[in-house]
Amino acid sequence: MRLFLKLLARNRLAVFGAAVLGVIVIVVLLVPLLPLADPDVTSTGDRFQRPFSAGHPLGTDHLGRDLLSRLLWGTRLSLAVGFAAAVIAGTIGAGIGVIAGYFGGRVDNVIMRGVDMLMAFPYILLALAIVAALGPGLMNALIAVAAVNVPFFARNIRGITVGIAHREFVDAARLSGMGHGRILLSEIVPNVLPVVVIAMSTTIGWMILETAGLSFLGLGSQPPHTSVVPGVMILLIVMSINLLGDGVRDALDPRLRSGALSRPMAATLVDRDTVPDAQGPGLLAIDGLRTEFRVGPRLYKAVGGVSLSLAPGECVGLIGESGSGKSVTALSVMGLVASPPGVITGGAVRLEGEDLIGAPYARLRSLRGDRVAYIFQDPLATLHPLYRVGDQLAEAIRVHHAVSREAAAARAVKLLADVRIPNPEARARAFPHELSGGMRQRVGIAMALANEPEIIIADEPTTALDVTVQAQILSLLDDLRRERGLAILFITHDFGVVGQLCDRVAVMYAGRIVEEGRTEEVLASPAHPYTKRLIACVPELGGGRRWLEAIPGLPPAVDSLPEGCAFAPRCAKADDACRTGEIALAGDGRKVRCLKPEVVA
Amino acid sequence: MGGYILKRLISAVPVLLGITVIVFAIMALIPGDPATAILGSYATPENVARLNRELGLDRPLVSQYFIWLGNLVQGDFGRSFALNRPVLDEVLERFSATLVLAGAAFVLCALLGIAAGVVSAARQYGAADKAITVAVILGISVPSFFLGMMMILVFAVRLRWLPVSGMYEIYGGGDLRDLLRHLAMPALALSVVATGVIARLTRAAMLEVLRQDFIRTARAKGVGEGRVIWGHALRAAMVSVIPVLGIQAGFVLSGAVYIEIVFQWPGIGRMLVDAILKRDILLVQGGVVFVAACYVFFNILVDVAQSVLDPRIRT
Repeated sequence: MRLFLKLLARNRLAVFGAAVLGVIVIVVLLVPLLPLADPDVTSTGDRFQRPFSAGHPLGTDHLGRDLLSRLLWGTRLSLAVGFAAAVIAGTIGAGIGVIAGYFGGRVDNVIMRGVDMLMAFPYILLALAIVAALGPGLMNALIAVAAVNVPFFARNIRGITVGIAHREFVDAARLSGMGHGRILLSEIVPNVLPVVVIAMSTTIGWMILETAGLSFLGLGSQPPHTSVVPGVMILLIVMSINLLGDGVRDALDPRLRSGALSRPMAATLVDRDTVPDAQGPGLLAIDGLRTEFRVGPRLYKAVGGVSLSLAPGECVGLIGESGSGKSVTALSVMGLVASPPGVITGGAVRLEGEDLIGAPYARLRSLRGDRVAYIFQDPLATLHPLYRVGDQLAEAIRVHHAVSREAAAARAVKLLADVRIPNPEARARAFPHELSGGMRQRVGIAMALANEPEIIIADEPTTALDVTVQAQILSLLDDLRRERGLAILFITHDFGVVGQLCDRVAVMYAGRIVEEGRTEEVLASPAHPYTKRLIACVPELGGGRRWLEAIPGLPPAVDSLPEGCAFAPRCAKADDACRTGEIALAGDGRKVRCLKPEVVA
Repeated sequence: MGGYILKRLISAVPVLLGITVIVFAIMALIPGDPATAILGSYATPENVARLNRELGLDRPLVSQYFIWLGNLVQGDFGRSFALNRPVLDEVLERFSATLVLAGAAFVLCALLGIAAGVVSAARQYGAADKAITVAVILGISVPSFFLGMMMILVFAVRLRWLPVSGMYEIYGGGDLRDLLRHLAMPALALSVVATGVIARLTRAAMLEVLRQDFIRTARAKGVGEGRVIWGHALRAAMVSVIPVLGIQAGFVLSGAVYIEIVFQWPGIGRMLVDAILKRDILLVQGGVVFVAACYVFFNILVDVAQSVLDPRIRT
């Protein structure tokens, strides 16, 4: 509750709405005590007085009645009517919804059919018809407005009741022999009530608008809405209620609380002071890369100074547990880390000497997919669900090359054939959901190949697939790489996969590389204790019975990294020296970040 | 696809029947009998009784309902006593005027609302987003009839840019230019609330979609930001925007009542209000049933559009 109020108070628009509404409500409550003229006393001598005339701050109307007084009394009435209509509609609608949701079955069916039928009606027509039957007048307008809103409440509350009616505490009450009436009153209603109250309060504004509308049509009360001031008053009331209602809803929505609903920008934000000197050979050189996530006051250092290089035609594996920063490293290369909250705070990524970090967006865009392409993990989520796969492939070509639609489509079919998709012409016309997981990932690979890039960054491309498909995809990648001389940066958490495909491997832990070397060397004699444990996690086919050793403990949270070696808390060999000071990634070719390596590199 | 449409059309039949029952029941509640309303308060009881018999109003309500329904099905909506012409003729004529108004307003609110929502989401927390958010709040809070009157005051009375009311000039006019001049203000006034609602929902849907993985894929392919936002993201967001468009089309259609009165537009809303005030029961019944039926068919159209747009729900 306190958190809720705090969040609400932070929303300036909601506070503004609450303040305006508060003032209006206080004034309206005080109206009978204020020294106002009687709103209904006519006086022919005082007709059409201008505003600010003596005794009439807002002037008078065509019958000489005081406008300020009429405005305030009218506002009082409007608020009362809106409130009453919301309470009536909410109570009846919630009652119907609770009964339909609780009893379910035939009761539910009949009630919801009726509700749907009423909702199929244009609501003003229904209100008009009701007023036509009852006759004009404010009370009848109120009844009409309340009546047309009953289905809305009934439907909402039914949905919530259905969710509650099958919970354990309701079953328990039923088993203990409580009657339906008592269960409804003691178990269901208290749980539904907050939702009903919120829905009521957010619809008051709507109710006021609707009654004002009916009055305007000459079917409700007859205040003169033709003048500016009452219209502005209605606008103010409805607006403040809407602002407050939005604020309440936002403060209650847990997704907004975490700030997760912000939209990632076209390229990751860059905020770095120094650029490392140009260095190193290789096609792609990552040099001291640092990427952070800034979530509110928290700072998660996902990548804490990673250096890695990739030669033409080479396949390098980047391996680590989830949360080790391997994917963030991969996405940082082309500025694809979601931002906000991601920020690249240091280092450089050089493609043949050209620094990509801090490169203008237009430059980055022209390289993406053309010279450096990505393959992502879950092809169902990463392919556009509403575009045909052939069109998605053709688009990848057409954003980089001025070719005709037909040529791009033909090339798309060729690409599908290249990744060994049978019947590629027909498959090109399929939507992603019509393909199997393995087929979809082949499409993902075809898309990465579309512009014959020099580098492919594969971010766990086989993790979402089952084992046989995984093997096919890996051998496909291996073939393509040899045929085309592709350099591949392969992100995975699976040493088995690394062993099949990669020339070199780098092991990441808590945002840093802890070991790097040729794959067979690292696999045969891991130097870092963490690497050793990680390899021990891989089950070996035909390796006989042995214990699969899980690594005790969890990786550290990257917003509070310990000093010294990040693995020390989980390491059997750690001593005090491991927990102080910076430990360097030592060695040449075979590198390890450890004071007590398993083997001397 | 054809099967889907047929299924939806069949499912509309009970809804339409239900609507006729509701309309008939509400109208049966009206106190006083139509014969008196037609003949005036000085009519003799004998004349009232005779007219009631002629109109079939002396029969039980259930049989009255079935006679009325039977006639409706054959396209006979009865005769308006106040206008002394067939209800269907009047309804069709007035409804076409309403369609022009509501159609124009709907096009406006769909285009403006979606564009504003997309811009707002693409520039989240930026100046444009804030300005649009404030405009949206104002838009959904203003009574449309009040807005209409203020527009008349400013643009017609003060500035004299546009005509005050009506659909065509009485003398001369009648061409498209004349219609557009008369249409501009009412269509805009009618579209404001729906524009706000659509903008809001589009913004929310876009923010949801922009976080999806396939947007990252598009960017990784090198697709430009404009195409990412207005192509990939909007296309996916439309799946949740289309139903809202359907609902808003309904609101625009029924909200036209106020605007038709403010701007003296010869539409069906104004006709209904007049008919209610005059107790012209057959005209009210016919008008309401007709509009509600159009509304139901429109909802079916929206569902069909939805299934065309999202191949996943077709299967």
